[in-house]
Amino acid sequence: MIPLLRHIFRTGILTEGPLPDGDGPQREVERLHDELLAILGRALTIREVDAGSCNACELEVHAMNNPYYNLEGRGIKFVASPRHADMLLVSGPVTKNMENALLRAYECTPDPKLVVAIGDCGCDAGVFGKSYASCGGVSDVVPVDVRVPGCPPTPLAMMQGILAAVRKAK
Amino acid sequence: MQLCSFPAIDFCRQPGLGAPVWHGSAAHGAQLREFAEAARKVGARITAIWGADRRRQGAGFRLHCVFGIEGGHAWVTLDLPAESPRYPDLADLYTTANRMQRATRDMVGIQAEGGDARPWLRHGGWPEDYFPLRHDAVEPAGFANHPTDYAFVKVGGEGAHEIPVGPIHAGIIEPGHFRFSVVGERVLRLEQRLGYQHKGVEKLFVGADLARGAQLVGRVSGDSSCAFAWAYADAVEAACEAAAPPRALALRALMLERERIANHLGDLGALGNDAAFAFGLTQFLRLKEDWVRLNAALFGHRFLFDRIVPGGVACDIDAAGLAAIVEQCVAIEAAVGGLRKLYDEHAGLQDRFVTTGTIDAALADELSLSGMAARATGMLLDGRAHRQGYTPPAPYTALGVRPATDERGDVAARVAVRFDEIFESLRLLRLLAAGMPGGEVGIELPPRPGGAGLGVVEGWRGEVVVGVELDDAGCLARVHPHDPSWQAWPALEHAVLKDIVPDFPLINKSFNLSYSGVDL
Repeated sequence: MIPLLRHIFRTGILTEGPLPDGDGPQREVERLHDELLAILGRALTIREVDAGSCNACELEVHAMNNPYYNLEGRGIKFVASPRHADMLLVSGPVTKNMENALLRAYECTPDPKLVVAIGDCGCDAGVFGKSYASCGGVSDVVPVDVRVPGCPPTPLAMMQGILAAVRKAK
Repeated sequence: MQLCSFPAIDFCRQPGLGAPVWHGSAAHGAQLREFAEAARKVGARITAIWGADRRRQGAGFRLHCVFGIEGGHAWVTLDLPAESPRYPDLADLYTTANRMQRATRDMVGIQAEGGDARPWLRHGGWPEDYFPLRHDAVEPAGFANHPTDYAFVKVGGEGAHEIPVGPIHAGIIEPGHFRFSVVGERVLRLEQRLGYQHKGVEKLFVGADLARGAQLVGRVSGDSSCAFAWAYADAVEAACEAAAPPRALALRALMLERERIANHLGDLGALGNDAAFAFGLTQFLRLKEDWVRLNAALFGHRFLFDRIVPGGVACDIDAAGLAAIVEQCVAIEAAVGGLRKLYDEHAGLQDRFVTTGTIDAALADELSLSGMAARATGMLLDGRAHRQGYTPPAPYTALGVRPATDERGDVAARVAVRFDEIFESLRLLRLLAAGMPGGEVGIELPPRPGGAGLGVVEGWRGEVVVGVELDDAGCLARVHPHDPSWQAWPALEHAVLKDIVPDFPLINKSFNLSYSGVDL
């Protein structure tokens, strides 16, 4: 236990706060956190749905929870069921084989609900396009509030997308 | 196995600098079957199976089978008549051929004789008689989507019941369906149904140029982008009978090892988290973020997408960049060393890891398993390392890779192998940085219509294979990307058998298989 505590103590707090000078990504993360709290004033719960991605978008969603971005530390939490969610964060393209599952997840999310499409493929099917196996972007299957392009989008871009959706809803 | 001991098929070594591949054609189905039997007897693995429609070239269909043998890979093709494209079932010899054969049927409409008739990739999103990879498969405007039921194997007996999970899982993870048959908390059987990520990648390759192919192949499985891009580049270079320059090869290896470390860092953290040790997740995700930020700073992409291209690489590095890599290696090595000690000495964590999700070397052999999961059963199989009769491709030939193994076969073994591989890859990165050759980072590929090639790369999960055929214009006629998860998914079905349902997330994470990579 002692070595563990020592390690935690030595690591310190890594969450990126404002730097004494300069703007940089650290400043941006801090600003996003403050704005999210100011606009929302409460916790936000997100259900992530992978509707056909190559899994790179999911790697970046995980990164939002690392200590640098610390999304969960600001009361923005990923939940296991769409029934517990305020927002669906959906990566695409939406495959034919996932079309029904996505529709059902959308129906299960209580109103008022927000949908953020992430990645080039979530926005407009990206390099995969529409085909016998792909329905296209997320908005081809469920209504979308905000799109976050990128292949994959950076954690920062996704946080900005989440903020934009919240701002739009207020 | 010595290929000369099977004289019925004439094998010849494919050109290029990639992993050793011998190509041969079976004259008829029985000959393919004889070869498969002979190979199995001496411990060969089935690495990949796919089909191609060659009716436009005035032929029928072509079946491709790749076998992992002692000295590398044997790529056997079998031409099938257009009117009755059938071939002998190989699933009784190689268990994991089952799903590959079913996917081949769903995609190209060529059929194994007998065996499992259930569809694999087709869930009812398109009609039964529509085979996407046939040249005459014209897509009518939007098929109706009628999801079909799947005939899971039923487990009977008093108190036995099923737990269906997915396709959308509880965590932030790709979709797939798991059907657990359980008594109480004990798992009697797990059957997977995948294909939810099927987005028609293989059809998009048809007729595409080499650059578009590279873009697509790098997005088959985002966590293995470098491995797929390198295997594709090897295949294209073999097809064009060209060789990438030494600096490009060293940079490819540099990026592949960085990809390996990034994934192991993330998974080691997640494994701690799945055993309620959130400290591990936080610590490792912090290291991973440092790691991918340097990727972005040096190569312009956090996951190194689109940096490896046919003919070479699409980036370069200067002395300051190499110094930054070496400096980071020192820092990460110290940090991971400290965390390993904490993991090893944490009783609660080890209690969850040890003897959980066990597979043995005999099962790994039966399932043709490769990569990290196979090495965690004690198999000495690593495409980057020398072994009896096998010489790894450049630049690994000169690096003397020491493969990491552990004979326990459980979650603890896979954790140990991942730790060891991080340290070995850090050593390789320093060697690569110190010995970075000068010169060009790419060549212009000479066009070679009608060529074909196979690329094999040891990705972080295992053997990543890409088969390429060029058309008369030098564009892509057929590309088949193959992820090692094809072989590892069935291993996961076995690994969970002696354990309880709540251990499944931990066992699953210890493999961390790709859905997108097998669903294509």
